[in-house]
Amino acid sequence: MDLHSLTIHQLHDLLVRKEVTSREATEALYRRINEVDAHVKAYLLLTQKEAFHQADQVDRQIVRGEEIGDLAGIPLGLKDILCTKGIQTTCASKILEGYIPFYDGTVIKKLKEREAVFLGKLNMDEFAMGSSTENSGFQITHNPWNLERIPGGSSGGSAAAVAADECIAALGTDTGGSIRQPAACCGVVGLKPTYGRVSRYGLVAFASSLDQIGPITKDVEDCAILMNAISGYDPHDSTSVNTEVPNYKESLKKEVKGIRIGIPEEYWVEGMDPEVEKSVKEAIDLFKKLGADIQSISLPHTEYAVAIYYIIATAEASSNLARYDGVKYGLRIKGYRDLMEMYTQTRAKGFGKEVKRRIILGTYVLSAGYYEAYYRKASQVRTLMRKDFEEAFQRVDVIVTPTAPTPAFRVGEKTENPLQMYLSDIHTIPVNLTGIPAISIPCGFNHENLPIGLQIMGKPFGEGMLLRAAYTFEQNTDFHLKKPSLT
Amino acid sequence: MKMDIDKVARLARLELSEEEKVTFGTQLEQILTYMEQLNRLDTTGVEPTSHAIPIHNVFREDGVKSSFLQKEVLAIAPDEEDGHFKVPKIIE
Repeated sequence: MDLHSLTIHQLHDLLVRKEVTSREATEALYRRINEVDAHVKAYLLLTQKEAFHQADQVDRQIVRGEEIGDLAGIPLGLKDILCTKGIQTTCASKILEGYIPFYDGTVIKKLKEREAVFLGKLNMDEFAMGSSTENSGFQITHNPWNLERIPGGSSGGSAAAVAADECIAALGTDTGGSIRQPAACCGVVGLKPTYGRVSRYGLVAFASSLDQIGPITKDVEDCAILMNAISGYDPHDSTSVNTEVPNYKESLKKEVKGIRIGIPEEYWVEGMDPEVEKSVKEAIDLFKKLGADIQSISLPHTEYAVAIYYIIATAEASSNLARYDGVKYGLRIKGYRDLMEMYTQTRAKGFGKEVKRRIILGTYVLSAGYYEAYYRKASQVRTLMRKDFEEAFQRVDVIVTPTAPTPAFRVGEKTENPLQMYLSDIHTIPVNLTGIPAISIPCGFNHENLPIGLQIMGKPFGEGMLLRAAYTFEQNTDFHLKKPSLT
Repeated sequence: MKMDIDKVARLARLELSEEEKVTFGTQLEQILTYMEQLNRLDTTGVEPTSHAIPIHNVFREDGVKSSFLQKEVLAIAPDEEDGHFKVPKIIE
């Protein structure tokens, strides 16, 4: 048995039965990373010392006969956008190279309290801006299913590491699809929680009204375990919502009889890959066979999603990223003549192309004379889109769509055409704009053996229903059990 | 050309190379044209959404709590002196 290929719940069972130690599992993961990460390039930083320290601590508890929690001693990977005390956090940006936070983000604190082991920090598109992880300031991550393909983005390092068994599970973040689309591209499970479900404290901000942290895992049960750990109100994040967190493991029921599933007609977009369409339609048929009530619905403002998103997200980004000025932390260039030059050249040198492009766009749509035409207009259409979903959710319990219009595209295929790249987010963006939760699970493979993702969207704080539908689908299929042949 | 890119770059405190100005100019032009499809919709009287989940002012009791240590904060600053962030001269 390969320890690196286990899920959270499988490894937990072995730890409890004393068949394996956390140190052995952690060693196995680092061996696996040594073996495959030269090709996948998921990790930006490995933290062996801290990882083994935590693993040994859990092992001692087990030896003493103490009861351990379901994440204790489990080796996880973290997207490098989450602040980790004493451990470099770069957002894959040169402007934060060498930045060592003096505090832990709330999710990190929660996972540390549960004694999870952190293997290291995972690659991403710089400041989470991208759909392919090609915008990293440091390295390009490759899709474990085909190294010439992108792993998706922006949490491409997290999804690739989970798919390549370089960690047991990982955390990612999702602003316009950055958990779900890479999960789909890499054939793993990814959940974007309801806005406010998980604290954003210690998550480096990209677009504050859209960002959420969520799990990327090998199966739905692991997803529920991580959701239990990271969810909840946090006084440090005034946008986190103070409602009760259910035990998501109780949602793992193999039963969808009578659940009303909406299929939005607008989501069969032009340019949709026929194999994606086929797999998603087969998934819908399976739900029907299992007793779900399938209904056609309409979300009429879908076609405006990309336009709204790239106005609102870039506007918020241009404001959030103003903090990188070379004063308080991060990069400051040398040889400037005055303060203005220190700002403009530090930012010119520290930010990559896509980040600059989005700062320019965001600054423009907020600038005097254009604010009404772009930012205000987009915010109004966002209201219309929210109403689409509110009406739909009066008729159905969940909405099922493809996660992305195509499987993983080739490295370099869309780098010169940002608009083409943006349009690949059409299915995931509405979820962030409306604040609802959504999960992506594997639902098939194309003729080149590239994974295809199924997206299930739910009502605000309806993560339990998503997990139930996803779990039922997963337990009736075996797509999640397939592994890429990396070696 | 919709955008005065030099002006926007100045507002964003971002120095762009000549090459970046040309490529960004063309790409942003294309993106802004795409965004104009929003104008097809009549949004008269529609309230804008800035947060998807309604939020209100969040209040708490005022209380004395420890903050980050000045030493820790300044330790990661690019330049510091006498307990302050140090920057080039601002007023001539």
